[in-house]
Amino acid sequence: MNRMAETASGRLTAAHVLEYPYRRSVGPVMGAFFTGLTERRLLGVRARDGRVLVPPVEYDPESGESIGEMIEVGPGGVVTTWAWVEKPRAKHPLDRPFAWALVRLDGAGSAMLHAVDAGSAAAMRTGMRVRPRWKAEPEGNIHDIVCFEPERA
Amino acid sequence: MSEITNIVTPIRLDYTYTAGHATQRFLLGMAEGRILGQRCPECAKVYVPPRGACPKCGVPTTDEVEVTGKGTVTTFCIVRIPSDVLSVPPPFTCAHVLLDGADLPFFALIQECDFDAVRMGMRVEAVWAPKAELAATFESIRYFRPIDEPDAPYETYKEHL
Ligand SMILES: [Zn+2]
Repeated sequence: MNRMAETASGRLTAAHVLEYPYRRSVGPVMGAFFTGLTERRLLGVRARDGRVLVPPVEYDPESGESIGEMIEVGPGGVVTTWAWVEKPRAKHPLDRPFAWALVRLDGAGSAMLHAVDAGSAAAMRTGMRVRPRWKAEPEGNIHDIVCFEPERA
Repeated sequence: MSEITNIVTPIRLDYTYTAGHATQRFLLGMAEGRILGQRCPECAKVYVPPRGACPKCGVPTTDEVEVTGKGTVTTFCIVRIPSDVLSVPPPFTCAHVLLDGADLPFFALIQECDFDAVRMGMRVEAVWAPKAELAATFESIRYFRPIDEPDAPYETYKEHL
């Protein structure tokens, strides 16, 4: 905690930052997904019912069995639902108005949360096609996809 | 690029901490080189630093109590892992110090003492910052150091571990 400062009202206040720089090991399945991002490839995992789950999970959501067969999907996809952010906050991926959206990548049976840079809420609609905008120097984390953007014909 | 085996996922929360009445009294005391606590009117426990209420009885602690900087180490550990949070270079000794007249030990640094000499029951005193550097912060007490007194008997602090 920083030094307390007295405010105009006579109350003592201080700026306080609570920060944990977690480093987490990702295991073979998420590890394959993140490694794929460094090669601009989007990988999912095949569940027991045949669906491809993206991002991948280590266990089948129905049976709990271990799964690990990686399948490449995308890169294009479809917005299944979205919410417009008019005033982005400091930690948001874009510094201009954008949408948080669930994107079902081509070939995937589940949708992934990411940002869509469409310019305005009027340009957003459920069912719209989007494609990833990649970071210049991938690092192997979800931010290698800067955002998704509308796919133009 | 090689296989990704781990990722960094930082978590950060930015707060503006506002001291309540009790903490404010305590901190202003620190700026004067005084240690102020509060006594519970029901169970008579003295809380240093005060939080404004007794967590056991659920009543406001209205009576202010001043205690001295002398106390007893109830428990301790020697830290050998560096941390960005504490400005002290390791190794150093952290302890719970139960100030005389207080019923709640608090976290403190022990210095001017060999690591293998620190022990439960050891008598210590606060070393204050120079007068010009006293401020409304816990850091006005720089650390605690041993004093030449016999160890406190275990019975006197066993309820405070
Ligand atoms: Zn009480």
